[in-house]
Amino acid sequence: MSTGLEQLYQQIILDHAKARHGSPLADYDGDGRVGESHQLNPVCGDEITLRAAVLDGSVAAVTWDGAGCAISMASASVLTDLVQGVPRDEAITLVDAFREVMRSRGRIEADEEVLGDAAAFSGVSRFPARVKCAMLAWVALEESLLAANG
Amino acid sequence: MPVIETPVTLTPSDAGLTDAEVHRIRNDFPILGTAVNGRPLVYLDSGATSQNPVSVMEAEQEFYEQRNAAVHRGAHSLAVDATDAYEDARAAVARFIGARTNELVWTSNATEGINLVAYAMSNASLGRGGDAARRFAVGPGDSIVVTELEHHANLIPWQELAARTGAELRFIPVDDDGALRLDEARRVITSSTRMVAFSHASNVLGTISPVAEIVGLAREVGALTLLDACQSVPHLPVDVKALDVDFLVFSGHKMLGPTGIGALYGRADLLNSMPPFLTGGSMITTVTMQGAEYLPSPNRFEAGTQRISQAVALGAAANYLAETGMERIEAWEATLGRRLVEGLEAIDGVRVLGPRADQPRIGLAAFDVDGVHAHDVGQFLDDKGIAVRVGHHCAQPLHRRLGLTATTRASTYLYTTTDEVDAFLAAVAQVRPFFGAE
Repeated sequence: MSTGLEQLYQQIILDHAKARHGSPLADYDGDGRVGESHQLNPVCGDEITLRAAVLDGSVAAVTWDGAGCAISMASASVLTDLVQGVPRDEAITLVDAFREVMRSRGRIEADEEVLGDAAAFSGVSRFPARVKCAMLAWVALEESLLAANG
Repeated sequence: MPVIETPVTLTPSDAGLTDAEVHRIRNDFPILGTAVNGRPLVYLDSGATSQNPVSVMEAEQEFYEQRNAAVHRGAHSLAVDATDAYEDARAAVARFIGARTNELVWTSNATEGINLVAYAMSNASLGRGGDAARRFAVGPGDSIVVTELEHHANLIPWQELAARTGAELRFIPVDDDGALRLDEARRVITSSTRMVAFSHASNVLGTISPVAEIVGLAREVGALTLLDACQSVPHLPVDVKALDVDFLVFSGHKMLGPTGIGALYGRADLLNSMPPFLTGGSMITTVTMQGAEYLPSPNRFEAGTQRISQAVALGAAANYLAETGMERIEAWEATLGRRLVEGLEAIDGVRVLGPRADQPRIGLAAFDVDGVHAHDVGQFLDDKGIAVRVGHHCAQPLHRRLGLTATTRASTYLYTTTDEVDAFLAAVAQVRPFFGAE
């Protein structure tokens, strides 16, 4: 097997694709504001509905329903773990940091200190056709947080 | 450029290409000798776009090097040469599908061909074309019929026509295996039906539609018929007169030709009474500041400077296929299609869409791998140099009907070897273990 495929499908990604932390989508009945976003990749039909709750300026809960490839589903799972309890502004900074890595065509290696398990997605940026898969949940979070603000 | 007068039939229809011939054919396609990700390219995406033989690329280059000029205008020698090349190509492609030369309209692709007819009908619905065009008019109370397995190209133009005119869009459903339900077709096609548009061969299932039955139903009620032949003209002998359809469309890039060129066949009497879609230069007889008279088919539908070099190259592609023999290509691909389906069905967790191996099909197979998304399947195969299509293949309604969002499709052509099919099958067998889907 070539190193390309191993870089793309790291074990941590394959594990998260099955574990799907944060899935299924759940009602949030706590205090705070809730935002929701539905994202679709028309190229392959990957789909996610993500709900984020913000309480006292921090991400209180993230849950989602999704159907799609290993990259998109693992990305949503990793994202859920990463932003739970994180201040809202910091979560948006994380989305930006992840997007920068994804758009880098392999030039930027993710900082594991900042992005945690999401750093495993660095290899995806070398596969332009798959960047949208990896970004799907992150865009959904970004929109959900925006909606929760409004 | 190879020029032949009539399609060559060298062998009986049951004798397909041989492995040795396929290997010779491959020498005509430079790209098939390249490597992808360090592995020899195994190109199994001809259903999306086919590769080009040297003769096709040379025809286009030769045109630009020696004959390039505007066609149907200008009296200089180069313009005459260019016009001859352009019209010779039309004759070659028309002959290839059993049409008369004036029945073959150049389009950019099949999508444009379908839109041409839909917009011509739209214009007729507004009264353009006068009494002669009345049979193309649709409005409230009329219906347009498609099928549930259509490519979006043969669905959305009709949705739009229905929305513009107030006509109703109906569809012939498929059963759980994806086969068209003829019993339902008898209920869907009624006296209100003005157009029945359907695929000859499904780009997802590989099935061949019961053309005679559906055309028969349309004829009974006086409806027009349009056949989307994108997946049939490149792969099996097609004779428009034998099929008895009113219109037929196909794309050049799926039949060894370049992108940007396709064709619309229409019965001459229909084309000559149909209002134009695109209008402008080169499609008129007299023009005043108030109006214009139009040329007959095919020029009526070819406004503006045309895709001349692409048309010339598509003519070369049609000649290449005719010289090879469409019956033999069809037989070879049927062999490959059976090998694909049998091989895929033998792999644990793999479900092939459409008919089983013993049913007639063109040489393609779309499949679902249990527990692994099509995008991941395609990525895994790409790593091994194997190019396949993943996604909904521009047929979302069919996928939804079959309970799927995305599938993987392997599609063959005259240059596909059995070794390539076997390499593909061996790779698919590794997919579920790799992704831990067992």
